[in-house]
Amino acid sequence: MLQIPCPWCGPREDAEFDFGGEADIQRPADPDALDDAAWADYLFMRVNRRGVQREQWVHTAGCRRWFVVERDTVTNEILQASTMGRRP
Amino acid sequence: MSQPYRLPRGGRIDRGAPLQFTFDGRTIHGYQGDTLASALLANGAALIGRSFKYHRPRGIVAAGAEDPNAFVQLGRGARAAPNRLATVTPAAHGMQVRSVNAWPSLDYDVMSLLGLAAPFIPAGFYYKTLMWPRRLWPLYERVLRRAAGLGRAPSGPDPDRYDYVHARCDVLVVGAGPAGLAAARAAARRGARVILADEQPQPGGSLLASAERVDGVPGHAWAAAAAADLAASPRVTVLPDTTVFGLYQSNLALMVERRREQPGDAAGTERGARTWRVTPRRIVLASGAHERPLLCANNDLPGVMLASATAAYLHRYAAAPGSRAVFFTTNDTAYRAALDLAEAGVPVAAIADVRADPDGRLPAEARARGIQVLAAAAVRRVLGRRRVAAVELCSLDGSPRGVVECDLLGLAGGFAPALHLHAQAGGRTDWDPALAAFVPRRSNGVHPAGGAAGALGTAAALRQGAQAGASAAAAAGFTADAAPAPPGGGPELPSAQDAPDLGFQPYWVPPNALGRVKPQFVDLHEDVTLDDLRLTLREGFEAVEHVKRYTTLGMGPDQGKLANPLATGVLAELQGLHPAAVGAPRYRPAYTPVALGALAGRSVGALSDPLRATPMQAWHQAAGARFESVGQWRRPLAYPQRGETVHDAAARECLAVRRRVGLLDSSTLGKIEVNGPDAGEFLERVYVNTWKRLPPGRCRYGLMLGEDGMILDDGVTARLDERRYLTFTSTSGAAEVLAWLERWLQTEWPELRVYLTSVSEHWACLALAGPRSRETLAAAGTDIALDRQAFPHMTFRAGRVAGVRARVFRISFSGELSYEINVPADQALHVWETLLECGRPFGIAPYGTEAMHVLRAEKGYVIVGQETDGSVTPLDVGLRRMLSRRKDFLGKRSLSRPALLRADRKQLVGLRSDDPAQVVPEGAPLVDAPSRRRPLPMRGHVTSSYHSPALGRAIALALVSGGRASLGERLYAAAPDDRWIPVRSCLPIFYDPTGARLHV
Ligand SMILES: [Zn+2]
Repeated sequence: MLQIPCPWCGPREDAEFDFGGEADIQRPADPDALDDAAWADYLFMRVNRRGVQREQWVHTAGCRRWFVVERDTVTNEILQASTMGRRP
Repeated sequence: MSQPYRLPRGGRIDRGAPLQFTFDGRTIHGYQGDTLASALLANGAALIGRSFKYHRPRGIVAAGAEDPNAFVQLGRGARAAPNRLATVTPAAHGMQVRSVNAWPSLDYDVMSLLGLAAPFIPAGFYYKTLMWPRRLWPLYERVLRRAAGLGRAPSGPDPDRYDYVHARCDVLVVGAGPAGLAAARAAARRGARVILADEQPQPGGSLLASAERVDGVPGHAWAAAAAADLAASPRVTVLPDTTVFGLYQSNLALMVERRREQPGDAAGTERGARTWRVTPRRIVLASGAHERPLLCANNDLPGVMLASATAAYLHRYAAAPGSRAVFFTTNDTAYRAALDLAEAGVPVAAIADVRADPDGRLPAEARARGIQVLAAAAVRRVLGRRRVAAVELCSLDGSPRGVVECDLLGLAGGFAPALHLHAQAGGRTDWDPALAAFVPRRSNGVHPAGGAAGALGTAAALRQGAQAGASAAAAAGFTADAAPAPPGGGPELPSAQDAPDLGFQPYWVPPNALGRVKPQFVDLHEDVTLDDLRLTLREGFEAVEHVKRYTTLGMGPDQGKLANPLATGVLAELQGLHPAAVGAPRYRPAYTPVALGALAGRSVGALSDPLRATPMQAWHQAAGARFESVGQWRRPLAYPQRGETVHDAAARECLAVRRRVGLLDSSTLGKIEVNGPDAGEFLERVYVNTWKRLPPGRCRYGLMLGEDGMILDDGVTARLDERRYLTFTSTSGAAEVLAWLERWLQTEWPELRVYLTSVSEHWACLALAGPRSRETLAAAGTDIALDRQAFPHMTFRAGRVAGVRARVFRISFSGELSYEINVPADQALHVWETLLECGRPFGIAPYGTEAMHVLRAEKGYVIVGQETDGSVTPLDVGLRRMLSRRKDFLGKRSLSRPALLRADRKQLVGLRSDDPAQVVPEGAPLVDAPSRRRPLPMRGHVTSSYHSPALGRAIALALVSGGRASLGERLYAAAPDDRWIPVRSCLPIFYDPTGARLHV
């Protein structure tokens, strides 16, 4: 089990959350301006970093808010959790 | 009575409470306080099972959870419990115990008699077997299943009760031996809330199995008093009979607490369990150490036992594990066991010690007692058929030292900490050269103490336990200064004996001088031999995790408790590496087998999944509906009347809707209110079509795509007013769609002023459909003007229906004139009953999901999840006209990716079978022409298929490669019975292609 510190509700069991993958991926403002390769890169490619990674989680069985977690993918240690759109 | 190996005195058994149980039908006598294993030994039953691969006779090896052989089957019928360890299961009067893996009987096992299991299945068997011709697999499976009979499942639902406890504490102490008791005491004295869990019914751990004294009293008495003191404290929960079987990240500990007898049961009878989910701040790991076995030929014969186990049976159970013993040792501890055995009257014929000069206090005592001590010697081979008859001794240079008759061989290969839980949680370990074993490194909230930390002897365990308890409490925020009243009296550190120096000398692989005698078992449970490890290394599997997977070493229900520490040393020596470089295979939960019932807790039967019910659920039930499961809903499939099949009923219901009027409970549809000044803008971004210019009071069918361009969900959205929309989702997509919308709103477009509210449960939805639905609705009473001009197709009106506030949507999923009447859930049943009552003159019938499916298929309306599967775009299903060209929307860019524009993509078509009576099976593959060729190229598959009562013929929808460009083509559907059904493709609409019936 992981304990995930929801910025709104405090630390809760990971069973209450859903994982949303890599954070900070921005939807292109004008998708039509992108060629197929660039669009595919936005759509499919994720870094899956070994080490500290910023990722999105949602507190599904709680406040239903999405937020950003900094997690070390090697040790599973969670360094920080912050609300959306606010870089630490 | 017949307990020939029961010693006349001593033991922690209650001789005033005799009991009997059966083992393979044979009566076994014992006493309260016995385990199954100790009673079997006292009765002289050496043979307890047959081994997994070779069906070799096996006996009891250990006195605790580390035993690799003692798995038995308990009880029968619904209470049957496989995979139970005889060495830790208390004996209870009337128990029925059976051996496993033997057929037809333990003494005459056919597999071993016929040599079917033998001679030796080499390492990698499973992988090599997979290379055999595949057509033979059903045969292998039959044979293997019979051969690998590790217990049988219960025959019915478990009648006992299981439950979960969720708990938090400051310090969880695992193990109530001397270290654990001292730790719990130290932590509780500092004010910490403590849970002390131990797998045994009594506290004491190693103290139960020795003659040692603590604080001047017998060790077991001290332990009982210390545990009672702790239990009296409100801050401490003492849980005997509780195994911590899993340790996870964030210090989550899973424990199973076995519940014992209920009124009417014999003492000790097991009745269900509680599973504890504990998240302590800190954990003291006082789980003890396991003795290592040693390699010699036939080291698996019944009568070969750990040296420490011989002493445990003696002291704790007054059961002599044999009548004449030999010990084989690498250190001084075996001498203590030998002396105790001799003292109890069991002659010790010899001690073979691998050390050149065993000269400690204990060896001297043994010699003084007349026990023959052979230095620089080893057991080369064990002799005997079904149990030990003699051992062949030799010097380490290979010279014979004689054959000694005995029926018990005690192995003392040193001790390895039980660090399973620590390793499960990802804890690191260090190599301790004095022990030649891995010891846990204090980390991630785990404080090891006593045997688990590599400290042997009671005094060291007490000392380390007290320290670990104090440091764990301090780490959890409790210091000595803050100490409230201490639980119990007595000094924090009781006096006890220090262990003698081990004087350990490693002995992993027998020297070559002893010859390659075999078999020498490293893992008794999985039947992995020394030769298997040699072969595995030769075949290139060198990393310890590879060796584990290739040989199945340590993968049995015993989790390799004895095998793994031995294998590390053996693999190191075979490869010329330092054991620390080899490492230990990762341990995984569960530490000991856990019943599935304990894991399920109360989540069985009706409680295994919540059941969602619409306000009309009881009505459907009373009306004799047949139901189908849709997620957590149970929706009426059809309402069969007397003598009707479901199929008949659905056909009748279809015709009622087409000719008269029908009523469907569609309350299960997802309903999301999209609220706020930017609601229209938001919908434009998530739907393929436009919304901002939809006037209030109007409805529109919408299609939602994933960013990859694939259809995610569909449904009608109505504009309730200027800044409020109501979106209907499919029943199964309700939660997913809400989550999807929230995600975009929160993560990508937080600037949009939009609020999403699920109102699925608040509004029941009654779909009134059919040419006479307008008359029915009028008869039920409504203040909404129903005529065609005032309330046209695809509009919405608010008003009252049957006296109830209602939102009425003139939308249709059947192709008929239809009103979807939304009313507050608590008044829905009244409206439902009123509509049926008032519709009677018009021939109304309630209809179910089967009719609903047929009706929509006749119209070619797709169902997301049936016509689509996450790989289908709007272009594929012919909905290109819905795509807005004026705006961007999620998934739009993907639709111009080359792969999604290919002409040979699977596209939605209709199918008519040549024989109108022939309904093709749903899911059937479609091909251009029947052929025996394999593989036969598939053109597509059938997604929906029904008999249409309105058309009097079979209709189907299908996804066909390039299907829309070649409508009218001949295809063949494969039926499961190898028949080919000729069909012809057509536009996917069979009924009222112009939609005239919708606009009446
Ligand atoms: Zn939350």
